[in-house]
Amino acid sequence: MHILLRGRDIENIKQLDVYEAHGGFVGMKHALAMTPAEVIDVVKASGLRGRGGAGFPTGVKWSFIPQHEPVKFVTVNADESETGTFKDREIMEENPYQLIEGSLICAYAIQAKAVYIYLRGEFWDIGDQLDECIEALRAKGYIGENIMGSGYDCEVYTHLGAGAYICGEESALLNSLEGYLGQPRVRPPFPAQKGGGLYKEATVVNNVETLANVPYILSEGAGAFKAIGTEQSAGNKIYCVSGHVKRPGNYELPMGATFRELLYQHAGGPLHDDRPLKAMLPSGGSGPIVPLSDEVLDTPMSYEDCANIGTIIGSASIIIMDETVDMTWVASKVTKFFKHESCGKCTPCREGTYWLDKVIDRILDGRGSPDDVKRIADVAENMAGTTLCALGDFAANPIIHTIRHFPDDFAQHVTAQAADG
Amino acid sequence: MAIIGNPKYEARIDRHLAKYETKRSAVMPLLYIAQEEYGWVNPEGIREVAEILNLDPTQVKSIAGFYTMYSEKPKGKYWLQVCTDLPCALQGADEFHAWLKDELDVEEGGTTTDDMFTVEHVMCLAACDKAPMLQCNFHYVENLDQDKMRGLLAKWRQEAAQAANGRG
Repeated sequence: MHILLRGRDIENIKQLDVYEAHGGFVGMKHALAMTPAEVIDVVKASGLRGRGGAGFPTGVKWSFIPQHEPVKFVTVNADESETGTFKDREIMEENPYQLIEGSLICAYAIQAKAVYIYLRGEFWDIGDQLDECIEALRAKGYIGENIMGSGYDCEVYTHLGAGAYICGEESALLNSLEGYLGQPRVRPPFPAQKGGGLYKEATVVNNVETLANVPYILSEGAGAFKAIGTEQSAGNKIYCVSGHVKRPGNYELPMGATFRELLYQHAGGPLHDDRPLKAMLPSGGSGPIVPLSDEVLDTPMSYEDCANIGTIIGSASIIIMDETVDMTWVASKVTKFFKHESCGKCTPCREGTYWLDKVIDRILDGRGSPDDVKRIADVAENMAGTTLCALGDFAANPIIHTIRHFPDDFAQHVTAQAADG
Repeated sequence: MAIIGNPKYEARIDRHLAKYETKRSAVMPLLYIAQEEYGWVNPEGIREVAEILNLDPTQVKSIAGFYTMYSEKPKGKYWLQVCTDLPCALQGADEFHAWLKDELDVEEGGTTTDDMFTVEHVMCLAACDKAPMLQCNFHYVENLDQDKMRGLLAKWRQEAAQAANGRG
């Protein structure tokens, strides 16, 4: 059953009357009948964790907001830019009211003055559609002053980015929304604290998929949500499958389903039957790559189980590669991405991605030496943990883990060079 | 024409200014309006956005330069941005991108001599299950192959010719 991708089950759910006829805004009504603190308790009890990648408990994040502050904000992170991720897009295209309802419930729970939906700039058409939804809700009294007669006031706005991966990082997103360069801020203060959020006010920043789960939790109860998934990873998750499978696409399954079930039952198995699958990036370009062994295939897709195989589930942008793919080329592709997307603020990331790219190109051209492979591993190790935001770590991961798991893919380029010499 | 005092943009500019707590926050939407008016973010557009927001033009220019969707030079009528990131590349996007440049006889980032098409590669556009794909003037075109693309190029050329005739 879809909780999130309901556009697949219910025709025209992107129309407000259809959305409401199928339980839309029941969660919002339940929330408005509770105190804000009670709403936060329900979300805490549901076990919902952030779907943007970090997996932080959502209710706990909301509880960090100081209730006594007069002005607070909600910012929806719709800057979906991780390589291989395309889930938030489908939620917003096919089930937009559910995102807005979830955002409004969050806003009520922290008593926010307004919600800003920060869309990646390429989501131009989605922004137009959300603006129409917002106007329809305003006309019904669901957005604006005295929402549903509750006495609570809240506005919802969209904002388009303009092509910068870094703006998916929450403090860079806030800078961008304020009209500054989209570069990460020094923390503390954190966004939830006075001085650290939007316009220096306490702010919750949540991913689209995270908030789209909230109406279900408020309408069906925390227990119904907690009953889905595993002990530490509650609910459904949208898995974005791309690369060498027969049926790439989004699949909504309970957390804890195995990679094997996702890849073979749902995504149709290897694209070419005679080419076995070799490797998987389970969390886009930024998470550690793993070989597609039986052990990995039988691992449940949950926060806790993915840690046991040395990777993360993250945003569940699952990129599949078959035996024809050279992992040195993969390292190069992902490094070029991070080199392009590094905002330039922190030296290790700015310089590290630049030099990694140059040296990997040299290796791929057959002009590298075995020392070059050690050199890029060394550069990557020195980037990890030395930057203001996680992009530095993300950029180090593809190098460290491709070399660790697939040393022969690198060796073939440098030994050929040695033989030529 | 200009964006300041232009009735085409007045309501949109006011709506953006009303959305935010500070004027400065409207710099990104206003840069899109400047780009729409002039076809690229030119010095005149930068100056006007700065004037509306009480900013220095240098501050506005730094924002325009940071983000890839603001173009700081003129583009063709159709700005084609092909995703060649890893998931698309696994589905043949690098070959598709190279073919498209050959087909239109342009270098990376270049514009055809008739100013119709600009071709460049971009990073992940969140359409990995529909590769190869591209973005044409900020609208997605997905599940592409050479035949489909030839058809689209012909269609866009025809549309541009009709628009030119209509104006004449």
